[in-house]
Amino acid sequence: MKGKASQNKIYKVSEDVVARDIQGELIIVPITSGVGDLEDEIFTVNETGRAIWDKLDGKKTLREVAQELSRDFEGALEDIEKDVLGITQELLKRRMLVEATKS
Amino acid sequence: MQNDSYVTKTTINKVSFWKNNAPLLGQLDMELTERCNNNCLHCCINLPTDDSAAKKKELSSNEIKRILKEAVSIGCMSVRFTGGEPLLREDFEELYIFARKLGLKVLLFTNATLITPYLAELFSRIPPLEKIETTVYGMKKSSYEAITRVDGSFEAAWRGINLLLDYKIPFVVKGVLLPSNKDEIEEFEAWAATIPWMDEPPSYSMFFDLRCRRNGNKNELIKELRLSPEEGLKVLSRKKDKYIKEMKEFCSKFMRPSGNRLFSCGSGHGGCVDAYGYFQPCLPLRCPDTIYDLKKGSLKNALTNFFPKLREIKTSNLDYINRCAKCFLKGLCEQCPAKSYMEHGTLDTPVEYLCDVAHTQARFLGLLKENEKAWEVGEWKDRIRLFTNRKVLKNRRMQ
Repeated sequence: MKGKASQNKIYKVSEDVVARDIQGELIIVPITSGVGDLEDEIFTVNETGRAIWDKLDGKKTLREVAQELSRDFEGALEDIEKDVLGITQELLKRRMLVEATKS
Repeated sequence: MQNDSYVTKTTINKVSFWKNNAPLLGQLDMELTERCNNNCLHCCINLPTDDSAAKKKELSSNEIKRILKEAVSIGCMSVRFTGGEPLLREDFEELYIFARKLGLKVLLFTNATLITPYLAELFSRIPPLEKIETTVYGMKKSSYEAITRVDGSFEAAWRGINLLLDYKIPFVVKGVLLPSNKDEIEEFEAWAATIPWMDEPPSYSMFFDLRCRRNGNKNELIKELRLSPEEGLKVLSRKKDKYIKEMKEFCSKFMRPSGNRLFSCGSGHGGCVDAYGYFQPCLPLRCPDTIYDLKKGSLKNALTNFFPKLREIKTSNLDYINRCAKCFLKGLCEQCPAKSYMEHGTLDTPVEYLCDVAHTQARFLGLLKENEKAWEVGEWKDRIRLFTNRKVLKNRRMQ
């Protein structure tokens, strides 16, 4: 599942990780081997990543996610699309997201 | 919103991670059973494997899961499964996977004898995210089993340890110093240094606790097995320069009188759930007055209402007030309500053995003069300053 992220595809959180919100901090905890390199490794997501992560619900395409964020943050759609693709690519590479089919 | 990197690797063990916004519960200890398949001479907790009365009282799988779920809901990131021997639980695999899927890291304390290829494969596929910790009782069958008193336990433990190595499961080993193995330190440490995940030499148990539940028939034996303060010092200071350097750092941070308040150690900010569902402010403290029944209440209530009241308890024992409360060796001394309870059945009685151990070390370090008692030293801050400043002078000379 390490393919290239696409604007037209839908993504959801992988079963290889658990995402936890602790004191407002998004923490991604690996469940299966190979997500982290070290025995005590976990992951945090920055503010931009967090805003995008919260929209990745396994129902919306990345384009729809970017459009929603563009409205929420009143930002340029083109810039936001780059961020959405960027984080999705990174999370796919880390096995934290997988492609979902539209239900 | 553009950004180069969105995800950052980190470790929750970094002290600064939460800044001033730490969750209510960081780590939880869960003693899954008091039963153990070893019968170690010095152990403060173990019950026989086939103790059916103890087994019957143990929390069910669902009760443990409920506690774990609540722990996660209040921010807990890590659970320590300990015992007894936690792998004796028939539902261990179920509980382990459940905890990991909640997003908890699992720290497993085990004697390694029950690690099977199946479990090693599980730890490989779903890693605990914490190094497994195991105690090695001896490097030879004779020395090992003189302590565990179970025939075949040596082979079983080494089979388990080799499985962890074969499957590349991160683990560390600890030692225990007893008559049968005390001549094996060099061999043990040389072998321990070959374990890829050992960042430091192994730590040792040698100033043994008495029975946690005050079932005292083993206590006389445990007392006999304890190293004398002088023998303990000899072990601690066998790498003298390293020991003194560490003690200087330690003394500069942790040495001061604790006053009349009993719980000055930070216990009660986390806690330990015993095998039967009682939440303790720390792992060894089982005094009925200081435990909270999780079958009748919640972790949150214990942490926000019950434990804070414990932390306010002040002693009225004059012996404690005149000695421990004024003693600046507090950081060096293991005196605490748990140790007091194990020795005397009270929370605030000085434990002479621990007092002797601390004073022996303090004299060696030059913090006390011969025959001096630490609680009689008014200028203790000067003593610590002098001791820690020597490091600076030494470093300057080295430059």
